[in-house]
Amino acid sequence: MENFFSRYKNPLVLMAVLFIQVIALATQVKRAEDPKAANSGGTRLIRVWTVTAITPFERMLVGTGHFLRNTWHNYVDLHNVRKQNLELQQEVARLKMEQVRLREDAYQAQRLQALLGFKERFVGRVLPAQVIATSGSEQSRVISIDKGSHDGVRADMPVITPDGIVGKVKEVFPLGSQVLLINDRESGAGVVLQNSRLQGVLRGTSGGGLDVSGITPDEKVEIGEPVVTSGGDLIYPRGVPVGTVTGVSPDRDNGTFLAVKVKPAADLNRLEEVLVVTEVADQIPAVAESPAPQRAADILAERLPSVSKPEEDAGKPATGGTVPSTSAQGRTGTQSTTGKKPAALKKDATLPADQKKTPGPTPSTKATVQGVAASTIPGSMAKPKATPSPTPTPAVTTQHPAAPASQPKGAPSNQVKRPKPQAVSGAVAPQQPEATDSGSQQPPAPVQERPPR
Amino acid sequence: MNGVVSLTSREEVDVHHFSWPVSLGIPALAIFIQVYLTRQIHFIEIFDLPLLVTIFFAVARRRPVPGMITGALIGTVQDAMAGIPIGLNGIAKTMIGYLASSLGVKLDVDNPGSRFLMTSGFFLIHHLVFMVIDLGLVGASQPWEWGHNVIAALANGFLAVVLFAGLDRFKQRR
Repeated sequence: MENFFSRYKNPLVLMAVLFIQVIALATQVKRAEDPKAANSGGTRLIRVWTVTAITPFERMLVGTGHFLRNTWHNYVDLHNVRKQNLELQQEVARLKMEQVRLREDAYQAQRLQALLGFKERFVGRVLPAQVIATSGSEQSRVISIDKGSHDGVRADMPVITPDGIVGKVKEVFPLGSQVLLINDRESGAGVVLQNSRLQGVLRGTSGGGLDVSGITPDEKVEIGEPVVTSGGDLIYPRGVPVGTVTGVSPDRDNGTFLAVKVKPAADLNRLEEVLVVTEVADQIPAVAESPAPQRAADILAERLPSVSKPEEDAGKPATGGTVPSTSAQGRTGTQSTTGKKPAALKKDATLPADQKKTPGPTPSTKATVQGVAASTIPGSMAKPKATPSPTPTPAVTTQHPAAPASQPKGAPSNQVKRPKPQAVSGAVAPQQPEATDSGSQQPPAPVQERPPR
Repeated sequence: MNGVVSLTSREEVDVHHFSWPVSLGIPALAIFIQVYLTRQIHFIEIFDLPLLVTIFFAVARRRPVPGMITGALIGTVQDAMAGIPIGLNGIAKTMIGYLASSLGVKLDVDNPGSRFLMTSGFFLIHHLVFMVIDLGLVGASQPWEWGHNVIAALANGFLAVVLFAGLDRFKQRR
C-alpha cells in the first residue's frame, strides 16, 4: 500500500486536487433542471451531483427495502390469504351444512304439513312418529319409531303415511316401538281392489314385495288398479291406500288362487315420519264420492247450516233440508236433504258381497269400520269408481234407485252415513247433519257400533 | 540505463527553486494584471498571464505536485478575482501544472523554441479543458473558435518566450 502511494503519488495528488476543485465548483454552480425554468434559480450543482450520486444507491436501498417489504407483505398477505381461504372454506362448509339442515327442515315441514293434512282427512287420533332405525336385515322388515308406551302406543296399532299403510306396531317399549312393515313375510292385511272390489289378504314376500292372495283365477284383475284396505283385519282403517296392482300370476303356494303383485303406495324403504293411528273413530265416512278431493272443513262448511251462504240457502229447493243443493248434487246423490235427525247407521253395505268374494276368513264380514270419518277420507277413497265392478253387488242396499247414473255399482260402503259422529281429535265435524243413505227413502236400519279400539 | 542516468543528472542540474516572495508575488501580479488591466486594455485579454506563470513555475521546478498546486492556487485565485465559478481555471491550471512539470522532467524547456511550442500547446489544452469544464459542469456554452484559439496560443507562446526569459532571473539553484 505504501509503495502504491509512493509510486502513484503524483496522479493521486492530481486526482485529489481536481476532486476538491470540482466539489468546490459544484457548490457554486446552479443549474436549472428545466431550461424553461431557468429563472427559478436552479439548483446548486453540488446538490445535483449529490442527488445524482446518491439517488442510485438510494433507489437501490429503497428498492431493496421495498422488495423485502413487499416480499414480507406478500408472504404475510399470502399467509393471511391462506388463513382467510381456510376461514372461507369453513364458512362455506358451515353454510352448506346449514343449507342442508334448512333444506331438511323445509322437507320435514312439507312432510309434516302433508301429515297434518293427512290427519285432517282421517278420523281418529294419530301420533306422528319419527323412524329412527330399521331392522337392517332382509329376513325381517321392521322399523323402529321414537314413540312408545309413554306416548300411548300399543301393540297392533296401524301405522300409516299419507301415501298409504306402512304396517302395524309389533313391539312396544316405553320410549319406542317396533313396526312390522306390510312387506314383511309375517305381515298381513285385509285389502280390497278398489275397482273390482275383490278382497284378499295382503302378505309380504321374502323379497320385500307385496302379494294379494285369495283371489280366484276367474276374477279379472287389472294392472294399475288401486288396492286399499278393507278394514276386515280389525287393524287397519278401511279405505287406506295400500298400493297398485303391478302384476298377476298364479299363486305358488296355493294354485287355486292368484298372486296379485302390489306396489306399495308408501315408500317403505324411505320412511322418515309415520303416523301411528292410536284411535280409530267409529264413524263411517259420510261423503263417499266427490268429484275432487275436498277438505273436511269445506265439506262441513257446506253441510252445516250455520255456514251456508244466504244466496245458497235462497236458491236451494224447499225440501226442508239444510244442506245446500250443490252439496247434494256434488255428492252424487249420497246426501240426504231431509234435515231430520241423524238416522241409525246401517251395517257395511258391502259385507254381503265381500263375503261372497272373500273365501278366506276375510275380516270384512264382521268389519264395521269404526274410525274413519267422512271428513277424513283421503281423496283417493272419496273418488267415484272409474269402472264398475265386474261383479255387481246387489247387497248394496243403501244404494238409492234414483242415484245418478255416474254412481257405479258396488259403491263403497263408506257411502253410509252415521247419524251421530263422535267427536274425535282432528278435523272431524262434531255435529253431523242429518244424513241417510244416498237418496234412500227407507229408514236406515240401526247398526251395531263397535266400541273404538 | 544511460537515459535514466542522464535524466537523473539533468533533473539534478536543472531543478530550480524560488523564493517565497517570488513564488507569491509573481502569480499575484499576473492575476492582478490579467483581471484588472484587461478592463483597461482589452487586447490583453488574449493573453493568459496566470497560465504562463503556472507553466513557468511548473517547468522550472520539475516536480508535479508543486506544479499542480501552484496551478490550482493561481487558477482558484484567478477565478475568485474574475467573478466566475471557482474551479474553472483552477482545474484547468492544475492539469496544466501537472503536465508541464511532468514534461519539464523529460524535455529541455529552457530553449526558447521549446518554450514557444510548449506554451502554445498548453494554452490550447488549457482552453480546451476550460471549455469542457465550463460546458460540462457549469452548463455554459462557449463556442470553440479555432482561429482565435490558435492565434491566442501563438501569442501566448511568444509572450512566454519573453516572459520566461525575464523570470529566469528569479531562479535559484540548490
